[in-house]
Amino acid sequence: MSDGAAPGSALQRYRVCPVDDVPEGGGVLVDLGGREVGVFKHQGELHAYDNRCLHQGGPVCSGEVLGVTRLELDAGGEVVREYLDDSDRRLICPWHGWEYDLVTGELAHDRRFRLRRFEVTVEDGIVYVDA
Amino acid sequence: MSTDTVRDARLLPDRRQPYYLDNAEREMRRRGLYDIPIVDCDSHCYETVCLPEIVAYIENPNVRRSFEFNSPLIIEPGLISGNMGDRTVGGRLHAGGAVSGDEEVYPLGEGGEMHPVAATTLRSMDAMAIDYSILFPTPMLNLGLNPDLKVREELTWAFNRWLVEDVVSADPRLLAMPLLPIHEPEQCLRTIRAFAGRPGVVGFMITCLQYEPLHRNRYMRVFAELNERGLPVAFHSAPNWRERPFTVLDSFLGVHALGFPFYAMIQLTNVVLTGMPERFPNIRWIFMEAGQAWVPFLIARLDNEYKQRSSEAPLLKRLPSEYIRDMYFTTQPFESHERAEDTRAMFDMMNGGRSLLYASDYPHQDFDTPASIWDQPRFTEEERKAVLGGNALELFGLPMPKLGEPAVSS
Repeated sequence: MSDGAAPGSALQRYRVCPVDDVPEGGGVLVDLGGREVGVFKHQGELHAYDNRCLHQGGPVCSGEVLGVTRLELDAGGEVVREYLDDSDRRLICPWHGWEYDLVTGELAHDRRFRLRRFEVTVEDGIVYVDA
Repeated sequence: MSTDTVRDARLLPDRRQPYYLDNAEREMRRRGLYDIPIVDCDSHCYETVCLPEIVAYIENPNVRRSFEFNSPLIIEPGLISGNMGDRTVGGRLHAGGAVSGDEEVYPLGEGGEMHPVAATTLRSMDAMAIDYSILFPTPMLNLGLNPDLKVREELTWAFNRWLVEDVVSADPRLLAMPLLPIHEPEQCLRTIRAFAGRPGVVGFMITCLQYEPLHRNRYMRVFAELNERGLPVAFHSAPNWRERPFTVLDSFLGVHALGFPFYAMIQLTNVVLTGMPERFPNIRWIFMEAGQAWVPFLIARLDNEYKQRSSEAPLLKRLPSEYIRDMYFTTQPFESHERAEDTRAMFDMMNGGRSLLYASDYPHQDFDTPASIWDQPRFTEEERKAVLGGNALELFGLPMPKLGEPAVSS
């Protein structure tokens, strides 16, 4: 397992798609000259990650994007309800379920590690990624 | 940064790669794993996708009629005996759910003349740099729970014929350990005599998830037959949420974590304490799909008990741990401790450099690629190679495979 190192210096800019084509709460997966990158939208902000899980290298960006599961307890410690907290979205690797914070790319069960991130910008309504 | 020339990205529809293991191939190449022999000692097929082919081998006409008449929706829970629990965690894991027709995880229909199960298995093997693969069933792992003994016996025989004659025969890289319907010793003997020595058959398998006390005299002739032939016996585990102690657990996480090692521990404890390795010294004992973290526990536990109650295990000439360290254990799911030195300690306690056999468990949802072993920081390169392939090549007497990347990329 390795952490998300900064991208290398020789970057290429890629035109991904119109920003409206990236669904809120979801994303798109693109091939950038042989490197696959997922571009996700959460509360209007875009985040781009390498399609490589830190566990066994699985296609993390093909995974489900879901709110984190929470249990609400009452004062007596009894479960009131179980719900998905959509304010805290997770990107979940489809191979083995390792979960990442959609906004930071941090590994949810060990925040010392995070997915490799890429710079993502929007110009004239078009999404660009430098990779 | 060179941004003068902007290039167009290529969109992958639905955020999906064409094949579930596309990343595996890249990861294997990155590690150079196409250049070392890798034997997958526990992979699976979804045999019910080919149920009519299997049913054709059922010999009892009334059992066969039951399978021919009923729809697949009835057959799997009703006649084979299903297993409880959502493997996919509500679809978070993409394998393990859509058993048939899942073109991403388990594509069928691309093999041309080759049997589709053989073809899809070879494709996943190529993606994971696996040279040989021993194939086991999926729903039929639960046959030991089926109270209809005729169905158990008939379906086991039919599955074995289908696996050996129709699937494994398609390619010498595919291997089989036919199932023994251990409740019926005569049928076990027939099975061993029919399949031992057939191409691709490297031993026999008994499911851990059954309730026969295997030390009873009536079963000894089965083990004697295996001993005479010097064949490996695998005990393949599975969970069972319906088992009384597991019914109190809150989630499948707990059932899955405890179930596999629980049934493996029951079988191993019985094999050791009833002196089976002393009675049948030529049998090589393998325990499958239970991980390995439980083995150091059992070693310490059984030794401690044995020292206080050795008269209850009179056939033993050595400590239980010494027998256990002579056995074999498949790796999947490989349970790395948080600290690499703890994983190393576990490895040493169970004689892992000799006893561990790599297993993928593909296409099940908790599969391990060979990276699960290769990336262990405290294992030497020699040990990694032994676990990934060397131990199995020796155990099963397999020829050295032709190494290198597959001719046609997956």
